[in-house]
Amino acid sequence: MTVETSLQTAEKPLGRDELARLVARDIKPGSFVNLGIGQPTLVSNYLQPEQDITLHTENGMLGMGPEATGDQIDGDLINAGKIPVTELPGASYFHHADSFAMMRGGHLDICVLGAFQVSAAGDLANWHTGAPDAIPAVGGAMDLATGAKDVFVMMTLLTREGASKLVDTCTYPLTGVGCVTRVYTDMAVFLTGPNGVQVRETFGCTFEELQALVPVPLMPVAPEAAPAVEP
Amino acid sequence: MLNFMDTVEEAVAGIQDGSTVMIGGFGNAGQPFELIDALMDCGAKELTVVNNNAGQGDQGLALLIKEGRVRKMICSFPRQSDSWHFDAKYKAGEIELELVPQGNLAERIRAAGAGIGGFFTPTGYGTILAEGKETRIIDGRGQVFETPIHADVALIKALKADGKGNLVYRKTARNFGPIMAAAAKHTVVQVSEIVPVGGLDPENVVTPGIYVNSIVKVA
Repeated sequence: MTVETSLQTAEKPLGRDELARLVARDIKPGSFVNLGIGQPTLVSNYLQPEQDITLHTENGMLGMGPEATGDQIDGDLINAGKIPVTELPGASYFHHADSFAMMRGGHLDICVLGAFQVSAAGDLANWHTGAPDAIPAVGGAMDLATGAKDVFVMMTLLTREGASKLVDTCTYPLTGVGCVTRVYTDMAVFLTGPNGVQVRETFGCTFEELQALVPVPLMPVAPEAAPAVEP
Repeated sequence: MLNFMDTVEEAVAGIQDGSTVMIGGFGNAGQPFELIDALMDCGAKELTVVNNNAGQGDQGLALLIKEGRVRKMICSFPRQSDSWHFDAKYKAGEIELELVPQGNLAERIRAAGAGIGGFFTPTGYGTILAEGKETRIIDGRGQVFETPIHADVALIKALKADGKGNLVYRKTARNFGPIMAAAAKHTVVQVSEIVPVGGLDPENVVTPGIYVNSIVKVA
């Protein structure tokens, strides 16, 4: 068995929930985490109580619980996606400047974001397609990208047209420069940083097959960053 | 000077054409709907409005925009599934947009209230939202100079006020209230309840009454 093929840990590409489970498993116990709107929100379904993860929502809360249902719904208690949520024991509320100060001040351990594109150097594009008639809206994306200690991206590796979203240089407007540390996709997990793009594991393809799809040079991961357990 | 008003109309009566108005709320949480309705009725126009969003559905800030009262929006996230009134005005070129990353929006408002002339932040560095702005490398990171956002008036919503104008809020409806109260020359607050002096635990006051000018109880 070659080093490369040993990186394959699943026979098929991962579905959205399988990928969310993998991200949840990789979050260190005791972390303070912000989950972006959309696919990253799925991660909360797979966090285990023993991980003792505290979720931050940028509209002003730590200790956010699951989505509210029925009588729990309270218009004064919403998340950043404006969805009614619940509070967990030990939760706290704070105003917007404090909420972003804890993000911008580097106090959040991880944020998980969606993306249109990620570059080999860890540049992130996730807020604007650049279409001339699009109404731009940025929200907290730029603050999250530059403020969290680790920025994880969750996305499909390929566009509907089959183009890689992991690119040499982003063609969409940037959200942040050199900020992404990991990219979780349906076909592989990538580690990005100053040493180039490393592949931690592949799903439903070999390292060589993956390299054929992605227009940036890939390296197999250094052994110390390899997955600790099978997903 | 602190005044307790009987009606929301009275509370917003001083707002003039061309004013910069901060409006609290994130989505509908903390949005002072009754004060916004009164602002609509008072007829002030050519307004610059500071809010995280640019109105949802057919109420509050969305109606103010629909009626053409807003000349410029300063916000972080105007485009939403139900922001049709802003979308139409923007596409028709009838409203100006200053798009600000959400943390920069909050910190620029906070800076105004704290008397800070500006600050450098990594947020937005290397993006189109930093174009034309002063930048510096500080501690090895590219940073962008951002200036404070002042306002003539802030309209916010709190849960309770006491007789000194001290405020407490409720859950995530707090959002921009405390920083907008400090950033505006004149702060108008709608509350659900007014309690006597001494009716709020000083340890739990979120916005001290020094930042508050007018209070009106809304049922």
